[in-house]
This record gives sequence, structure tokens and C-alpha cells, in this order.
Amino acid sequence: MAFVALADRDDDAHSHDPDTFITKYIWSQDHKVIAIQYAITAISVGLVALVLSLLFRLQLGFPDSFSLVDPTEYYQYVTMHGMIMVVYLLTALFLGGFGNYLIPLMCGSRDMVFPYLNMLSFWVYLLSVIVLMASFFVPGGPTGAGWTLYPPQAISEGTPGVDGGILLMILSLAIFIVAFTMGGLNYVTTVLQARARGMTLMRMPLAIWGIFVATILGLLAFPALLVAAIMMMLDHVVGTSFFMPEMLSMGTANEYGGGSPILFQHLFWFFGHPEVYIVALPAFGIVSDVLSVHARKNIFGYRMMVWAIVAIGALSFVVWAHHMYVSGMNPYFGFFFATTTLIIAVPTALKVYNWILTLWRGDLHLTVPMLFAIGFIFTFIHGGLTGLFLGNVTVDLPLSDTYFVIGHFHMVMGVSPVLVVFAAIYHWFPKITGRMFHSGLGKAHFWLTLLGTYSIYLPMHYLGILGLPRRYFAYGDTDFIPESAHAMNAGITIAALLVAAAQCLFFINVIWSLTKGKKAEANPWRAASLEWQTPDTPPKHGNWGAELPQVYRWPYDYSVPGASEDFIPQNVPDAYASTKDDK
Amino acid sequence: MNISLLFFALGVALMVWCLLISQLQTKPWLEKGLIEENGAVSLPASRVGLWVFLAVVTSLFGLFAVVYNMRAEFSDWRPLPEPGLLWFNTGMLILGSIVLQRARKDSEKNNLSSLKWSLATGSLLTIVFLFGQLLAWKNLAGLGYFFSTNPADAFFYVLTGLHGIHLVGGLCFLVLACIKAWGNIDRYNIKEKAQLNLRIQLCSVYWHYLLLIWLVLFSLLLST
Amino acid sequence: MALAIALILLVVGSLIFHFLSPWYFTPLASNWELIDFTVSITFVVTGIVFVIANLFMAYCVIRYRHRPGQKADYEPENAKLEWWLTIITSLGVAAMLAPGLAVWGDFVTVPDEAAEFEVIGQQWHWSYRFPGEDQQFGNVDIRHITEDNAFGMDPADPAGQDDVLVASPIVHLPVGQPMRAWLRSKDVLHNFAVPQFRVKMDLVPGHVSYTWFTPTVVGEYEILCEELCGMAHFAMRGRVVIDERDEFENWLSQQPTYSELETQTVDPMLGQASYGLCAACHGQQGEGMQALNAPRIAGLDNRYLERQLKYYRDGVRGTHDLDTAGAMMRPILAALPDEAAIRNVAAYIETLTTESPITSVTGNVIRGKQLYENCASCHGENGQGIWAMNAPAIAGQHDWYLVSQLKNFREGIRGSHRMDLYGDQMMMLADVLQQDGDIDDVVAYLNTLSTN
Repeated sequence: MAFVALADRDDDAHSHDPDTFITKYIWSQDHKVIAIQYAITAISVGLVALVLSLLFRLQLGFPDSFSLVDPTEYYQYVTMHGMIMVVYLLTALFLGGFGNYLIPLMCGSRDMVFPYLNMLSFWVYLLSVIVLMASFFVPGGPTGAGWTLYPPQAISEGTPGVDGGILLMILSLAIFIVAFTMGGLNYVTTVLQARARGMTLMRMPLAIWGIFVATILGLLAFPALLVAAIMMMLDHVVGTSFFMPEMLSMGTANEYGGGSPILFQHLFWFFGHPEVYIVALPAFGIVSDVLSVHARKNIFGYRMMVWAIVAIGALSFVVWAHHMYVSGMNPYFGFFFATTTLIIAVPTALKVYNWILTLWRGDLHLTVPMLFAIGFIFTFIHGGLTGLFLGNVTVDLPLSDTYFVIGHFHMVMGVSPVLVVFAAIYHWFPKITGRMFHSGLGKAHFWLTLLGTYSIYLPMHYLGILGLPRRYFAYGDTDFIPESAHAMNAGITIAALLVAAAQCLFFINVIWSLTKGKKAEANPWRAASLEWQTPDTPPKHGNWGAELPQVYRWPYDYSVPGASEDFIPQNVPDAYASTKDDK
Repeated sequence: MNISLLFFALGVALMVWCLLISQLQTKPWLEKGLIEENGAVSLPASRVGLWVFLAVVTSLFGLFAVVYNMRAEFSDWRPLPEPGLLWFNTGMLILGSIVLQRARKDSEKNNLSSLKWSLATGSLLTIVFLFGQLLAWKNLAGLGYFFSTNPADAFFYVLTGLHGIHLVGGLCFLVLACIKAWGNIDRYNIKEKAQLNLRIQLCSVYWHYLLLIWLVLFSLLLST
Repeated sequence: MALAIALILLVVGSLIFHFLSPWYFTPLASNWELIDFTVSITFVVTGIVFVIANLFMAYCVIRYRHRPGQKADYEPENAKLEWWLTIITSLGVAAMLAPGLAVWGDFVTVPDEAAEFEVIGQQWHWSYRFPGEDQQFGNVDIRHITEDNAFGMDPADPAGQDDVLVASPIVHLPVGQPMRAWLRSKDVLHNFAVPQFRVKMDLVPGHVSYTWFTPTVVGEYEILCEELCGMAHFAMRGRVVIDERDEFENWLSQQPTYSELETQTVDPMLGQASYGLCAACHGQQGEGMQALNAPRIAGLDNRYLERQLKYYRDGVRGTHDLDTAGAMMRPILAALPDEAAIRNVAAYIETLTTESPITSVTGNVIRGKQLYENCASCHGENGQGIWAMNAPAIAGQHDWYLVSQLKNFREGIRGSHRMDLYGDQMMMLADVLQQDGDIDDVVAYLNTLSTN
């Protein structure tokens, strides 16, 4: 079954019609159910990572008041927090969650082309999460090597979790990569092969473009992590010396010889930098759609936006070593990678301009999703600009490995994508659940999240400029760190606690709205793209009822001069214009 | 050797770019009405899916090849003697690929009796190849080249093992097709035949590709 | 509307924060003012973009927010505007990149007149090596490392004989002299960073990297490890003291060369004669005595003993007002006339053996075992001590002594003297045991190790 695509079977619509509770909600092959399974799993594991961050933040803010974590646990929690957030939450949520939900609906297909493989993808993903969580319960606990897992320390004595934790981490990543590949094959093939009649590539919403390019990046970049993981696993278990040099371990020379730790870093960042865009590109795409709908205006410069997504995706493979300016690699590489890195700023900046220009002369409905989308633009501008500091090799020298880096990547990879996640959830909530969410709670959630996170991360940049190194359990008496910096650290921790508490509003909102929310209309935002034009809300299995939709226009026909409504759905044949009509 | 990693990345970027450049010129807001697309849509989705998968496989083996070259430059690299058996195995894999190509022709021409034998021979040759690889491992281990002796040895085991795993995965599908063909293919209706035909097509593509990867790996192993 | 006001306030607030924040670069103490300059350029360019983009967005939110009857413009693209934005952005990027690359060019080319020294990192401390008279470093190899050859010097290499070996985490450098630091790691990745110098670089095992700088301000600066290197990463500190040229030369001449260390003699038998003085409190077999606050010293690593004895002699230990027990050691040290005497007595004590002491402290052993994981990285899984970590054996020590020392470290009664080389490390780690119960738990667990 898995091998023959849905689209290749002539009974494609109902070949896997669910009939029992189990096939409908558990072993489901419906992309919408799989999307929700992915989202729930990812958000749950993300909550674990959030709690971990609060624990180590309490240590950093109040090093003498709580004894919640010791250094071993601190490094374990920092590592798990990073890895979970980047891979198991954001990657899984954007591609497995939103990708799964939106691709068939926005492209006008009945489901993914390989539904069975899609189902398998989720279950394998769940397995990877379980294996990762299991590392909390093995002797020695999870690995504390930092989410970058650099050898030699990741597999040497002196690092927490060197017995079982690191092995489970590597194993879990390998399983995740298998799951991602299964899902990714689906997303790419569905976009290429299963679009509705008339849905050309250049008529796809930017959300699909972002997810599509991000998936390609993932498919090509994750093998680098797999290669690194396999080789490090062998170094640790079998005693090969791919990455491991001759070195001292607990006072005696070990058995390794001749390996290169920097080789691992090249592999890791060859995956790791595209990974940034695997998270960012879907966010770019989704936020473009949300902005356009709520500004009642087409996205400004659609061609440029697509071009930028593709260019950023391609360039993301030639910038990886900007994470390694001070890694001891040949310093002459710095010239090349600084240049490519700053070049990537140009298409990224253009995307920001185009978002803002979409607002310009629009008709802005400041709904909850729109608030989150505009909040995203603000945080992304901030995070993007600080990226110019770190990408530029000389400026990176004093800032590398300090809190500036933490501030930067949390603005650009933490807060910004998470704001988009919330924008997307609020935006599509009526379609997914058939109910409206509570707008007041949503607004409160927005304000606390935006202002709270900014007050966490803005000061971090300055602590970094001052020179506070990252990944320090405590600072002790350090001459150049004034008392005020410690006070600021305490303030940051309080802000973090507030932001975490504010997320309760979101969960309360979701639970309340699921049962008590107002019934949603089919198209409450009056949006033009295809997913809002389904015959049922929420869409039933097979999405489109008896007949597949046909697409007559691009997805951004808002406020078209002369049209009676301020939007024209993609599947509406030309009602007024003079261009020829196929029907 | 970082340079080759770079070229690899550039190649990938170029591929994506070529795929899209023609599309990017259009102004979608000016084109109203139903546009019929040409090109990719006519291919079965499974074939597109397979090619996407092969791109992932290429990335995996390509990165291994790059890392192999980078690691081989260090002073502790001690090349190992490639067993002559590998030449025999390579022959088996080439034959297997040829036979599967024949199976594909048979299937297209509806030449059922020949098809059964081609599939069986193809499976058998692949199994011989895999056993040959295992034997090569055993020989090497017998000569004292273990996993942890030297990175060159470790790479040999990893690369051949990884290639073998990919082949075993393909073999599952091929054997399934073979069993179907030997079972009751004569009673198949047109739809079922088309499905089997597609399956055989995919297998042959996969085999050719894995043969290609093996040839690249083999020459890589021979070159150091 | 609230959103627009919020955006404006966020922009204004960020600017105010930037200008009023007390946290900015530490005062520069090296030649790298050009790095600060590139940072300033980047701040100006990005600051302008930040303000303009966000204020324009706020303007859009105010001006184009939905009101009845309002309709959005229909404008799919504006090629001219997009070109202009591309060009301006590219110019801005170039304005940051060009100076960045130029300064990086300075960074990768070390001036010819630079003097050399080597920074060696290991879990979790620093040491240093100077090339000596011949201006040439001798070969080193991990395989040569032993307790007596911690630097892994190649005994056969003549170039290494005059190398000056600085085993302490404190190094002195001359002001105004360009210095090339060769960076070498014995175990995992580390990073050599001095915030006031601006430059930093990783130490990679199996590989030698470098960085260079000219110290310009006399003073004392902290060296931080800025690459995660295991559990005690945060406690891996060193100090660099920038001296006038002659003071530096003076300091350097006091440091031992490799050949001096090689020819140093130790005679435990001579030490035995001096030990009589110690035996009064520590006992004939070095078993210790609680009544006199004397710990067990039998079998402790001689280098640890030597270091502690010198601390007592130099007033590094036993001078804190609350360290009354330590103060008793200070006059005794007057009886050991020179370094050789200290070495000999330490070597003698190392040869002593005695049985395990009686235990008195009780606590939650399971929790203690968990907490002890943080100690085990240096003191060993069994509390046996690891010479390479400069960590003494603690299993077999009297538990009352361990409790008192952990409290002393936590309160800064021991280890806070600037010349106590690894004291700050113990202070930071003892800080993990915030309640007295924590200390009891760990010590109770250590008791189980002693009796086994």
C-alpha cells in the first residue's frame, strides 16, 4: 500500500475511508488527523522543554536562592531544551503539523499522495520523542553536551549523560530523520503532483512555498546530521576515530587517535544552518498569508517573495561555517562565509520590506492572528538585524559564545516562529475545529507574550556585549560583571516566568473554545485561498466532497478594483473581468 | 576538501534553481482562468516520490563521500586492501540491474513467462551480491581489519553496510513483486497489471541508481 | 491603535535601553579598537533600519487600520520600489561587510614582531608555555603525559629543554608587545577568551589553533572558557596579568623550565625527619585527629600537599578571620626552610598509609550520590582523586573535616584568596550545596566510599 501513491489509484478519494474510532483518530491516514497528532505531540514535548528552561532560568537568575538544579542537571536541561525546541517542536510542528494540514487543503487535493507513509511518519516521530524522553530515566540521565553535541566532550567523561543519554539522543535523532524523510517525501511529492486543476506553482500561497522549500532543505540537510550521528555513535560504541583525536580522559590518554572534532562541526552545521531556515521559511510563508488576509490586500511583490524563499533556501547551504568563526578552523574561511552570510541578508530584508509594504495602503483588521503576525515582523526585524552582527566575522569575535548569541537566536528562531505558530493557530482555528476562539483571551495572550519575550531577550544582548559567556551554570565572583548584571539576570528570569504563565491563556482559550466557542462560518476571515472554500467546516475526509476544486486565479485577489466583494476565492471563475473563461 | 562540500551544496542549489527559474517569471495576478499545466503532472506520483527519495539518498552518500575524502587527508589514514571479491560482487550487481531492465521491458510488453524468470533472477543476483559483501567483510575481519583498526576500515564497513541496507530495503519490494508475478499474474485485471508494472518500473530505477552509487563508492574505496 | 503605540514605545524603549544601559563592552585593553569600530558601524546601520522599519510599520497600522468604508489598494508589485530597496539594502550590507573583512584580514595575519606563547586547556583549568631562550617550542604529545610530565613534553627534543612551563592558571604578559597565542587542548574543546581583549578562539584537541593581540593596559583580566567543555565548564577560569616589560621578565625568570623540573630531586627520607613536627597533630601515620582539627593526610597526592603547604606559607590559606583551624598551620610552616623541604615532606606523607577513619556524619546517601556526580568529574567516581584535575582524594578523609571544608569553600573562608589557584573552582561547586543538609548528604555518600 505504501508504495503505490494515492493519486495513482483510480479510487483515490475513498481508498482509506476510516470507519472505526481507531482508524479515524489513531491509525488514521487522513492528513488532517495526522497533522493534529503531530501538533499535539510537538506542543507537549515543547512544554517539557519550556519547563526545563524555567528550571535553569531560576538557577541563572537566583543562583543562591534555589537549589533546583546542580551543574550536571543544568547542562542536561540546557541541552534537552535546545534540541527539543529546534527539532522536536519547531521542525515537527511547522512541517509535520502545518505542512500536513495545509498542503492538501491549499493545493486542492484530497490527501497526501502517500497516506500510509504519512501515518507511519507520525508514529515513527512519536517513537523518536519517546526514545528522547527515555533518556531522562536512564542511569546518568540525558546528555549534557549542549544541543550541538560536539565531540569529544559529547562522548567523553566529564560530560553528563555520557553513558546512556548521548546514545539515546543520537538514536532518537536518527529515528526522527527517518520520520521526517517519510513525511518530507509526501509533502514534496504532493506539492509537485497532486495540485488541483489550474493550481500552477506560481498560484500557490506563500505558506505552501515556504513549507515546500523548507521540506527540500530538510530532505537534503538532515542526512548530514545522520552521517554525523552514525559516525559519532561508532566512535562512542565501537571505538573508531572519525572525530576523536588523541586526548586525555580523566588523567590518562585514551585509545582514540587522529580524528578531527572540527569535521563533526562542519557536518553538524551543514545540517544546522539549513535547519534554521527549515523553521524560518514555513514561518515566512504562513505569516505572509496571514498578513495578506487580514490586511485585505495582496501580498506585496509575490514574485519577489517566492524568489526570496528559493534564494534563501539555496544560500542556506553555503553559509554553515559562520557558526564556526572561532572554532579553530582555517581562519581564512571567514572571508568567504562572512560574505555569503551577509548576502543572505538581502533577500531576507526584502521579505521584511514586502510584509510592511503589504500593510501600507491596506485595510488592516487588527484581529488576533494579525496582531501576532505584526508582532512577528517586529521581533523578526530585531532578530534579523542582530544576525548581521554575528554573521559578520569580525563583529562576531567579541560576541560569539556570549549571551548576545542567546538573545539573537531566541529572537529569530524562538520568539519569531512561535509568534507565527500562534498567528497560524488562531488564523486556522475556525477551519480546524469549526469554532471561533475567544478574542479577548487571545489578545491578552498576545500582549503578554510579545512584551514579555522582548523584555527577556533585549537585555540578554547587552549582557552578551558586556561579555557574559553562555552555558555558564553560575558566574561566581567575576571582576568585569557588575552587580547590576546579576540583577538583570534575575529580572530576565521573572519575565520568563511571566511569559510561561501567559501561555496558560492560550491553552485555556483552546479548551474553552473547543467546547463553548461560537460556531465558525466556513470562511470567517473572508480569505481567498483554497482551504477556506471546502464544502464542510471542519473539512471531512477527502476534503472536497464529490468534486475537486478548480483554480482560476492566484490566492491574493483582495480588494480587486471593480469586484463586488473585497476578495475573490481562488476557485471562483472570473465573474467580471475580461480575461477568457475556460468554462 | 571543504571545497568539495561547497561544490556539492552549490550543485544542489543549482538543481533547485533550474527547476524553478522558468516558473518564477510569470505574473500570476495577470493570468486569470484555468491554466492546464504540462510536464511533471503526467508522471505517476510514486515515481516522483522515488526520485525525491533518491535525492535524499544522494545527499546521504554524497556527504559520506565528502567526509571520507576529508578524513583520508589526515596522517593516520591506513588504506586497506580491497578484496578481489568486490569485483565479482560488482559484476553481480551489474547483471542484476540488466536483468531488472529486462523485467521492465517484459512487463511493458506483457511477456509474462519471461517476466517471472527475470524477476526471480534479479532477486537472486541481488541476494548473491549481498552475501558476497558479507563474505568480503568476513575476509577482511579475518585479515585483522576490524571496525576500530583504522578510519579507513571503519569507512569501508559503514559505506558498504549502508549501501547494503538500502539494497535490502529495495529487495523487500522486489521479492514481493516476484511473488505476485509467480502467484496469479495470469488472472490479473488491467488495473492490477498496471500496478505491478509500476512497481517493477520503480524497482528497476532504484536498482540502477544503487548500482550507480555502488560504482561511485567502489571507485572511492579503490582510490585511496 | 494600541499596537501602533506599542510598536512606537518598543522602538523608543529599545533606544533608551541602548543608550542608558550600564552594560556595554568592558574597557578595551588590547590593540583591537578596530573590532569595536566595526561593532559601532553595525550598530548605526542596523539601528537606523530598526527605527525606520518599525516606525513605518507603526504609521501603517495607524493610518490604514480598518474603518468603515475603507478599501485597500490593489498593487501586486512595484518593480522600481523593489529595486531601490534592494540597492539600498545591498549598500548597507556592504558598509558593514567591507570593514568587517578588512579587520578580519588583520586578525588572520599575525605581525612578524609578535612574541609567542602557548595556552593549554584541559578540563577544567589553564596552563601556559613560553618558548624559552631559543624562541622555539619543543615537541609535545599526549602520549608523553604523566604525573611528572603534565605538559607532555618530548624528553628527547632539545628545543623543549628551555621551555618555560607555567602550571598555574595565572599568566603574565608584557604590555605593548604583540603576542601570538598558540592554542592547544589536552582533552575536549575549550575557548580562550578575555572579554577586555575582544578576541577569542577555540582550543581543539589534536590540532593547534592561534589568535593574536597586543595588550595595551597594565592590569589583571579574567580568562574565560567559552566553549562548553563538560560539567565544570563555568568554573574553568584563569587570569592574565599585564605587566611592564621588566616586571614581566622578572616573573618569567621565576618560572621553571622543563629541564629544571626534570632535574628536581625529591627525597621522602629527608621529609621523614621534618614530619615529626606534623605528627604532633596529624598523628604518626598521618591519620588525623578531630580534637586538634587535624585532617587525615596519609597517602594524599604530594603535589596537592605541596600546594597546600605553600599556601599556608604564603598566607594564601589560613589567613581568613574565620579559618581558626587553618591559622594554626601557618606558624608551623616556618619550620620548613625552603621549597625542597616542602617537597620532601609532601613526598613522605604520600607514602604513609592508615586505615579508614570512623564516621559520624549521617545523611541521605541516595541524594548524596546524585549530588556527588558533580564532584566525581574531578575527584573520581570513588573519591580517589585525579592528579590531572588537581583534585585530591576525598574518600577516606574524616567526614567532619570534609563538612567543615565544604562549608569553608561555600562561605569563601577557604579558596577566596586570589592566589588560591583552584579555590574559586571549589567555591563555585561548593555553592551547589546550598543547604547544610546537602553537604551532609554528599559526605554521607563519601563515607560509603571510604568504607568500601
